[in-house]
Amino acid sequence: MLTRRIIPCLDVDAGRVVKGVSFVDIQDAGDPAALAAFYNAEGADELVFLDITASSDERNTMVDVVEKVSSEVFIPLTVGGGIRSVDDMRKMLEAGADKVSINSAAVINPQLIEECAKEFGSQCVVLAMDVKRNSDETTKRNNASEIAEGISWQVYTHGGRKPTTLDATQWARKATECGAGELLVTSMDADGQKTGYDNNVLSQIADSVTVPVIASGGAGALEHFYDALVYGKSDAVLAASLFHFGELRVSEVKSYLESRGIPVRKVE
Amino acid sequence: MTESFLAPKIVIINTRAANVHSVDKALRKVGANPVITSDPEELASADAAVLPGVGASDAVMTALNSLRLTDPVKQFAASGRPLLCICIGLQVLFNSSEEGDLPGLGLVQGSVKLIPPGMKDKLGNKMKVPHIGWNEVHFTHGETERNPIFRGIPQGSHFYFVHSYRCVPDEQSEVAATANYGVEVCAAVVRRNVIGTQFHPEKSGSIGLQIYKNFFNLCFSTKNNENQPMAN
Repeated sequence: MLTRRIIPCLDVDAGRVVKGVSFVDIQDAGDPAALAAFYNAEGADELVFLDITASSDERNTMVDVVEKVSSEVFIPLTVGGGIRSVDDMRKMLEAGADKVSINSAAVINPQLIEECAKEFGSQCVVLAMDVKRNSDETTKRNNASEIAEGISWQVYTHGGRKPTTLDATQWARKATECGAGELLVTSMDADGQKTGYDNNVLSQIADSVTVPVIASGGAGALEHFYDALVYGKSDAVLAASLFHFGELRVSEVKSYLESRGIPVRKVE
Repeated sequence: MTESFLAPKIVIINTRAANVHSVDKALRKVGANPVITSDPEELASADAAVLPGVGASDAVMTALNSLRLTDPVKQFAASGRPLLCICIGLQVLFNSSEEGDLPGLGLVQGSVKLIPPGMKDKLGNKMKVPHIGWNEVHFTHGETERNPIFRGIPQGSHFYFVHSYRCVPDEQSEVAATANYGVEVCAAVVRRNVIGTQFHPEKSGSIGLQIYKNFFNLCFSTKNNENQPMAN
């Protein structure tokens, strides 16, 4: 049976991981390859590297990072941040990335999704979307199992700084029609709150597309992973600081999910 | 096996697929020194070859046809030297695919069909197409012992899959492994020296690297025992 994926996400600034693992003794907690190896040993099913480098002259450092990580760690690797063209994507794939996530650039030019999918196949194209609830009325958290009706979410770009006129579900559908092979959905309301993923938006999107959905934003406890997979109908769950600060270990999350009947890949 | 230090020449056929580089890195990790090439002469002089592929089967067939590699790959397969085909590389071994219009290599008899969408798993969730993620692989009886490529791989190991179409060989005995995704998915095919995996061993952690290690060993032994026919 297909297992559900647990995906740590690492932010990279000018070739160095920020908020690196702080709870185990890794000689260089800013070294992307060392951290990738650590998470691989922990049983991570996949890794996401997000390039948050502000200055464009340092952007090529990400290519070296991907090259190095993929020579040492043999699990799927998604790279995102600052991808604006088919050429940007090719560079990452040739360096050893398996998938590339695009966010703002796809909103500005949805044809980019189509071009990338045509060139490299849909399985390489992850559409990342940052979404925020439209109404304050409904922002009080629903029980994970109560999926509310009639709420809508708006898509934001540029790291959540710029609102768009796009509705989350419509954008999800459009992006998959253009050829996105997976959706990485981050709830801006839930992100950093540690009160759980936004299972409402996740399930709404999962119901309206046929491609896998990766849940992001809000993980704070073991049951949140279960909730996102079951009530949020997600195929994979992503978390960053929770893992980096050792509040939960990937292996712990997997044992917990297994104990609740969710298929996970056994840690070797 | 005779002891020898003659390293086999392993060629990765450059179909311009995105996983060419990952396959290269995995082979290097296990000690091989592969050559990525689209030159038919390089292929002809190789001791073993890998045919990678991701994306669409027509893209791989178009690449092979335009690079004039279609016949050289067929000749290579017929020569008895090890040929490892990954993902779409496996799918193009078949006669035809529902995904594309171009005929495949016809090295394995059978066809490639879309995974039926809309089935539900035991949690009641819709099963997505493409089939993306780590799935349990079951080797057909005795395959892990009989075939050197799967030596040391425990039954039920998880491998990483990314595909929307599944291979259906005419000859059931050529199915070396399966996975369950609502329907039975052919996870590996072995037809004499031609080996194909639907999953990506280069993305399946240490268990996946074991397959490349086995392949490397197999290349060594076939190179240095040229008169000895391969298993099966």
